[in-house]
Amino acid sequence: MYRYTDFDAAFVAERNTQFRAQVERRIDGSLTEDEFKPLRLMNGLYLQLHAYMLRVAIPYGTLNSAQMRQLAYIAERWDKGYGHFTTRQNIQFNWPTLRDVPDMLDALAEVQMHAIQTSGNTIRNVTADHFAGAAADEIADPRPVAELIRQWSTDHPEFQFLPRKFKIAVTGSPNDRAVTKAHDIGLRMVRNDVGEPGFEVIVGGGLGRTPMIGKVVRDFLPEADLLPYLEAVVSVWNLLGRRDNKYKSRIKITVHEHGIDDIRARVEERFAFLRPAFSGVDQQLFAQIKSDFEAPAFKDRDTAPFDQAYANDPAFRSWADTNLSAHRAPGHAIAQISLKAHGATPGDATADQMRVMADLAARYGHDELRISHEQNVVLPHVHKADLPAIHAALKDAGLATANIGRISDIIACPGMDYCALATARSIPIAQEIATRFDQLKLEHEVGDLKIKISGCINACGHHHVGHIGILGLDRAGVENYQITLGGDHTEQAAIGQRTGPGFSADEIVPAIERIVDTYLSERESAEEAFIDTFRRVGMTPFKTALYGESEKKQKAA
Amino acid sequence: MPAIFTPKVITANALLEGDVVYLTQDDTWTRNLTEADVLTDEADAQIRLIDASARTSEVVGVYLADVSPDAKGPKPTHFREAFRMRGPSNYPHGKQSEAL
Repeated sequence: MYRYTDFDAAFVAERNTQFRAQVERRIDGSLTEDEFKPLRLMNGLYLQLHAYMLRVAIPYGTLNSAQMRQLAYIAERWDKGYGHFTTRQNIQFNWPTLRDVPDMLDALAEVQMHAIQTSGNTIRNVTADHFAGAAADEIADPRPVAELIRQWSTDHPEFQFLPRKFKIAVTGSPNDRAVTKAHDIGLRMVRNDVGEPGFEVIVGGGLGRTPMIGKVVRDFLPEADLLPYLEAVVSVWNLLGRRDNKYKSRIKITVHEHGIDDIRARVEERFAFLRPAFSGVDQQLFAQIKSDFEAPAFKDRDTAPFDQAYANDPAFRSWADTNLSAHRAPGHAIAQISLKAHGATPGDATADQMRVMADLAARYGHDELRISHEQNVVLPHVHKADLPAIHAALKDAGLATANIGRISDIIACPGMDYCALATARSIPIAQEIATRFDQLKLEHEVGDLKIKISGCINACGHHHVGHIGILGLDRAGVENYQITLGGDHTEQAAIGQRTGPGFSADEIVPAIERIVDTYLSERESAEEAFIDTFRRVGMTPFKTALYGESEKKQKAA
Repeated sequence: MPAIFTPKVITANALLEGDVVYLTQDDTWTRNLTEADVLTDEADAQIRLIDASARTSEVVGVYLADVSPDAKGPKPTHFREAFRMRGPSNYPHGKQSEAL
């Protein structure tokens, strides 16, 4: 794992000292809120409905056990004993007071963490495949790339006052687990015809009010050209991007308005100008960073304990079937820890649970943990022989829910239970759907199905790319939920289509049930996943299931 | 005919704690909506809003919120204000826990 250099540590310490002084000046009245707000946002501090919220970056979703324990400590010392893991590989603390935030930031710095550029109109926390360095299907580890981008973008003087926020995601695997096509820039690590490493650069993707699938701006960018090329893209947008209208300021709109060919030409021109300024120092740094991410020494051991538990313990077998993924090292597995216990708040973990996960990582997992954009925790490197013990420990901590990728593994934004921007609640809808399908005992029969819920048009809950997307809105002072179907978050990214009029909070769970029933009756076999059935049969049977009866009633009336 | 003025309270978030506060009749901040001053005159409401907004060392984000007056004090008319008054629905945190 990457370790802070002296430069990194000094930079974060200085930033924390500055922010402490800024907080003091806000409290003593020398800074107005208008002056203070951009400063606090650059340091991850929001003011939400009920309290301040501190958003802490977990760069490329990677953390070690000491960092996880420190998050637990912060949750207990300054918050209400829990943290909320987000769809951007961050953790949010929902209840800090203003005076405590500088101390929280210092506590984070002790374990080489920070909240810098987790908000504001800057390049945000760079996200990556949560299976990075572990997945069997991986071409190269995306984390050194993400770390290089983090260092380049942090406090980059040209990019501190961008037209709007800017999000970059990196994947090193052809199976895209980082939703690269829904980011301002998505990077896919690829190799060219002669085997040289480089990137496919995707630009102008995004969700929110105007969802767009990103477009390929460069199909092969040599590895050494990465930073000057990124700098060219961001600086072209920094000039062109619309500062007159918040809803048209993201690069997806710039690309849409100018066309990808025009943007490509401008980027190439700018790149030709910038490229000579990069003397190769970035590549020396990149080589050093890469050496920090060397794979742990995987031991070849007997997997008999796994095989025995799998044969004899149905609960373990069920968990292994849903929560494990293929690891590149023999005898190993990637284990996902679901933060989606039926009826619980998606993405929340208590301080005690964080400590359990930290202990398991230290004892069995080469001291590594990951946070997925799907709001779960990952033990990326575990030996199969240790899985029965890991499962038992997770079970004791209420963390052994066997539902990864299932209907109850729901992404949900905080919604109007916390967020000042929300137009409706998300969390209770997720809780009710998960509880309902658990009661029906349908979850495993339904199989792979991604439900994603956002409490407003900004789409933090990725509803556009959910197989079933739910968007909470305020319709004449009442919570109302629109449904989209057919979204896809993978390399075959697609924006879901709206089914029709929305549903009230009371009607939304039965509506989801009708959609699932329709899928079960329409599918050709148990092997045909929801998304495949939807692609084959289209919207019509689902629409009929949702609205058929009421339409008939309206005609009769 | 001019539109009927919906009764309002002045609300904001406290600068230090960040929690929801309401303005009382004697221009102090309360955590309890039932103690808020209900404003029924539009001109008065606008002046009180300007004065309250100037208190930047105490509060952030001052605005007027619709209420319906009741024998037990003002009640929120919109669900967003109901949540602000109570706290989140997934945990007994925020104002609902302070009331226990």
